[in-house]
Amino acid sequence: MKKTSVVASVLSPLVVFLVVASLWHFAVDWFRIPPVILPKPEAVLRGMWTERVSLLRGAWVTFQAALMGLGCSAVLGTLIAMVFSQSAWIRTAFYPYVLFLQTVPIVAIAPLLIIWSGLEFRTVVLVATIISIFPIISNVTSGLLSIDQNHLDLFRLQGAGRWGTLMKLRIPSAVPALVQGLRISGGLAVIGAIVGELFVANSGAYDGLGTIMNAMQANLRTAELMGAIATCTLLGIVLFLTVEGLHRFLLRRWTIDAGFELDR
Amino acid sequence: MSAAKQSVVECEGVEVEFRRGRTVQRVLHGLNLHVERGQIVTLLGPSGCGKSTLLRVVAGLTRANRGEVRVFGAGVEESQRKLAFVFQESALLPWRSVWQNVHLPSEIRGSAGESSLKERIERVLELVGFKPSDWTKKPSQLSGGMKMRASIARALITDPELLLLDEPFAALDDMLRSKLNDLLLEIAQRTGCTMLFVTHNIAEAIYLSHRIAVFREGQIGEEITIDLPFPRTSGMRSSIEFANYYGRVSESLMRSSE
Repeated sequence: MKKTSVVASVLSPLVVFLVVASLWHFAVDWFRIPPVILPKPEAVLRGMWTERVSLLRGAWVTFQAALMGLGCSAVLGTLIAMVFSQSAWIRTAFYPYVLFLQTVPIVAIAPLLIIWSGLEFRTVVLVATIISIFPIISNVTSGLLSIDQNHLDLFRLQGAGRWGTLMKLRIPSAVPALVQGLRISGGLAVIGAIVGELFVANSGAYDGLGTIMNAMQANLRTAELMGAIATCTLLGIVLFLTVEGLHRFLLRRWTIDAGFELDR
Repeated sequence: MSAAKQSVVECEGVEVEFRRGRTVQRVLHGLNLHVERGQIVTLLGPSGCGKSTLLRVVAGLTRANRGEVRVFGAGVEESQRKLAFVFQESALLPWRSVWQNVHLPSEIRGSAGESSLKERIERVLELVGFKPSDWTKKPSQLSGGMKMRASIARALITDPELLLLDEPFAALDDMLRSKLNDLLLEIAQRTGCTMLFVTHNIAEAIYLSHRIAVFREGQIGEEITIDLPFPRTSGMRSSIEFANYYGRVSESLMRSSE
């Protein structure tokens, strides 16, 4: 593939944005769409600007919930994967229940979680954790199990036990798999945090983005609602970049990724 | 054969079969091999003939279905600590530096606390030709030849009495290969280590070995003693004796591949 220049890679999406925004602007006039159904793009931007303080605070609250949820997933998911890696019997016995975490609709169990955990910030974190833990468990388990046969033989010849092999071989080998899992789970954790806030409403000192969206929708403030949606997207990107930074940092230390430049 | 107590590896009627579903593949059938202390014996044969399997049996990594394998006069599992294995790919842990990779066997064996270890690692790394500035490099920053040197250093750190090498230089070019051949000979001379070496390169086999065991149908078809004097020098590679051995060994190998 030919490399596109920086200017082109910034400019061309911008052109697309301007074209779509102006089509949107004129369509609203042309079809006389009421602003409650579809506000004009400049109205959305204005809404974002007037609500900037609450949106930024909301984004910060949601970001914290998503990051904590992701952290819980990383720790718990890795621990579960470590147990799974120890025996095929454990894997067979427990896998259906782990799969349950993946298949259960998060909006269906959110009300139940509220009954158990209350209308609290921790419930939002819990929702984010549940929705984002499965990719960690499955990725880390396969990372812990797919070990180079030569490395296993090397450890066996030195008389390594289960524990030594786990700590010095399996876990370090699984680090790239964990980072891959975090990349998938990062986006899910944001979704989980917003869904959690939609249900929990009051989730701390300030309202999270989900709570804000609930309020905007109830008051038919469509422009501000769309502004909040845009903020959610930006938040997803910020979390993705955070995980991506972690990914680069770790793989630089691990130096397994062949696509990563080393000689610098 | 010389006195039995001198034998490092004794294989009698070794049979190995692999089951894949309903089919049983017999890899080794009735193989006999003796390796005396201090010798370098090369296992030569076409790929898939069972050379590597025999090496794994001696290391105790694959169990023989029948027959007897004794290493240092004991069972394979009891002797595992006295041997070291050099794998086909260097098999270094990619997240560890060269130094840390060589440190690893002592960590696993629980002898990392020994005060002499640091010195021994440095000595071994120097022996295999590592500059101190390369000690902290990760495997991905090393060339194929350097990776293999690090792998050999890791094998030597436990002071093995028997070194098992599974086509260690297969991926290297001829120049590097002959350099590393000389390194192995130097190690053998310095440590008195017994070596069992798997290769399919005839010149390498002749240059390194006291004796070449040519595989034929899951057994040792022929053993050829190489009477070139030690220490061996690269000049010998172009000698008439070397060429004669080359002819003999390749003829023997041809008969194996039929």
